[in-house]
Amino acid sequence: MSNKLLELKNLKTSFQIGDEYYAAVDDVTLTVNKNEVLGIVGESGSGKSALAFSVMGLHTRAKIEGNILFNGKDIANITPQELNRLRGDELAMIFQDPLTALNPLMEIGDQIAETLILHNQNMSQKARKERVIELLNMVGIPRPEYVYEQFPHELSGGMRQRVVIAIAIANQPELLIADEPTTALDVTIQAQILDLIRKLKNDMHSGVILITHDLGVVAEMADRIAVMYAGQIVEVADVHTLFENPKHPYTRSLLNSVPADGQDKLHVIQGIVPALQNLPREGCRFSERIPWIDATHHEVNPVLHEVTPGHFVRCTCHKHFYFPDKTKEAELHGNSRS
Amino acid sequence: MAILEVEDLKVYFPIKAGIFNRTVDHIKAVDSVSFSIEEGKTYGLVGESGSGKTTTGRGIIGLENITAGKILFDGVDITDKKSKTKDIRRDMQMIFQDPYSSLNPRKRVFDIIAEPLRNYESLSKLEEKKQVQELLQLVGLSPESILKYPHEFSGGQRQRIGIARAIALKPKLIIADEPVSALDVSVQAQVLNFMQDIQKELGLTYLFISHDLGIVKHMCDDIAIMYKGRYVEQGTKHDIFNNPQHIYTKRLVSAIPDINPRNREKQFRFRRDVQKEYDESYDDYFDDKGLAYGLQPISDTHLVALPERG
Repeated sequence: MSNKLLELKNLKTSFQIGDEYYAAVDDVTLTVNKNEVLGIVGESGSGKSALAFSVMGLHTRAKIEGNILFNGKDIANITPQELNRLRGDELAMIFQDPLTALNPLMEIGDQIAETLILHNQNMSQKARKERVIELLNMVGIPRPEYVYEQFPHELSGGMRQRVVIAIAIANQPELLIADEPTTALDVTIQAQILDLIRKLKNDMHSGVILITHDLGVVAEMADRIAVMYAGQIVEVADVHTLFENPKHPYTRSLLNSVPADGQDKLHVIQGIVPALQNLPREGCRFSERIPWIDATHHEVNPVLHEVTPGHFVRCTCHKHFYFPDKTKEAELHGNSRS
Repeated sequence: MAILEVEDLKVYFPIKAGIFNRTVDHIKAVDSVSFSIEEGKTYGLVGESGSGKTTTGRGIIGLENITAGKILFDGVDITDKKSKTKDIRRDMQMIFQDPYSSLNPRKRVFDIIAEPLRNYESLSKLEEKKQVQELLQLVGLSPESILKYPHEFSGGQRQRIGIARAIALKPKLIIADEPVSALDVSVQAQVLNFMQDIQKELGLTYLFISHDLGIVKHMCDDIAIMYKGRYVEQGTKHDIFNNPQHIYTKRLVSAIPDINPRNREKQFRFRRDVQKEYDESYDDYFDDKGLAYGLQPISDTHLVALPERG
């Protein structure tokens, strides 16, 4: 059996604004393997959450084209009933904001049990309660019997996020999508939650898609990283290659805008991520934010090029890219780049 | 010279209960905090949510009633009701965390930025407009945008409108409460660079409140770590990052994700070691209520909350 868990083929998710459809995820082809953490990074508006929601079938009014192959089966346009059988069972998601992801009027234990009831009707009530307690234990919640009967507002942010994770892993999903799972949390709690996700991945051999804008988090968690800009994947590589030998101007700009030791001035990417209606649909989408690069260096129809095995970069502009302010990029990050 | 001196600041919130709604207890949001900031420096106040860092900032600027303590700004006690604080307030401004809720959506950019000018200076309409346009230019927005509304700007641009408002009166001290945590990394870089530029240009002093140690390291000269309303450690940037003494500081420093994936294992080990030390020596660093002890100096610049050696 192949190692591929999820394959996206030319995935295109479009939203209607006025009379027209605009693609927020535009022709994304991507693979997630078993027992792998794939990090997706990009600024807000780059389409990373839209991508995750497409896989989970959570967009209600979007037009989805292309294929989403989960274990070889296309789930892009299956019926809601079929989708409901998958979701919460083989596919699960951890949301960004743990307060809005939980039902404020339902006891914690019942919320976790809900997923178990939906996907395993034969389970006895006693077995179910035991399983919920076990899950609460697994995600590191102290006194699980007590928390079982508490409501979300009685828990802290970190504890709530643990509950959300407990719900997500209740049925040992094969694919876990974590959309900014630690953005709302403090840094010590973040470390604990990331540790937990890593441990669960190792125990269950699931595939994980980790969506974040925090480059430190992906550096710590991911096996492979996909960088998204304006709805497209602009670079894919394993984590070491991406941090040590980033190619695409956008990836390099992002890495340079993070405070690092001995850095005097942070790099600023010119302009802003264009709104969905104004996304450039032709040519290199990043070109308008690096206007000092000659237009002839961009491809007319930029595609992903495999520069080294497993390392894909969109457009040819990376070959001619430099930073205008002549900051010594290599020194800043302490990496040796040729 | 210290531009701001805070002595034994306390901000307590009452907990009310019972049918008479009597005060039964207090939440000690800020519990005996003292520090001073030198002119032209950036002082970082770090802590997790609920540590009291924001309340400290709000207490200093007067957005929160303080329970006790003294705040000397430029040598004048601004907690003294008799002193004319109105003139002092103009020298102290604030940048808020959320650029979406800190600008009035029904006001034009012009009115937002002109508000402090109207409060303190009597300018003619023409002068006022000229000043606002200059401010906009200073923060890198086009002077034509004065007639726009906040929703027409992106997050980074809005935050710069907030900064333009804060610097309109040429203050001496700016309290920046998580000024970039709502922003993307690239926009964050833009705002941080800009804050550094105007600091040099206008000789500003910053009280920089943040939970992000990476940014604090980049921006600040001196740093204080807060936990449950008290200081656990204070020192120069070097003291805090290269020689952390309090277990809570160590825990915070170890929790920062390392941007270099090669250091992953090293970082995990470091974190495990610190966690072990934290579990084992918790009682040495916190009293029986789980609060930090009083600060003890361990060098000229470095203060750590340790029990008094008897």
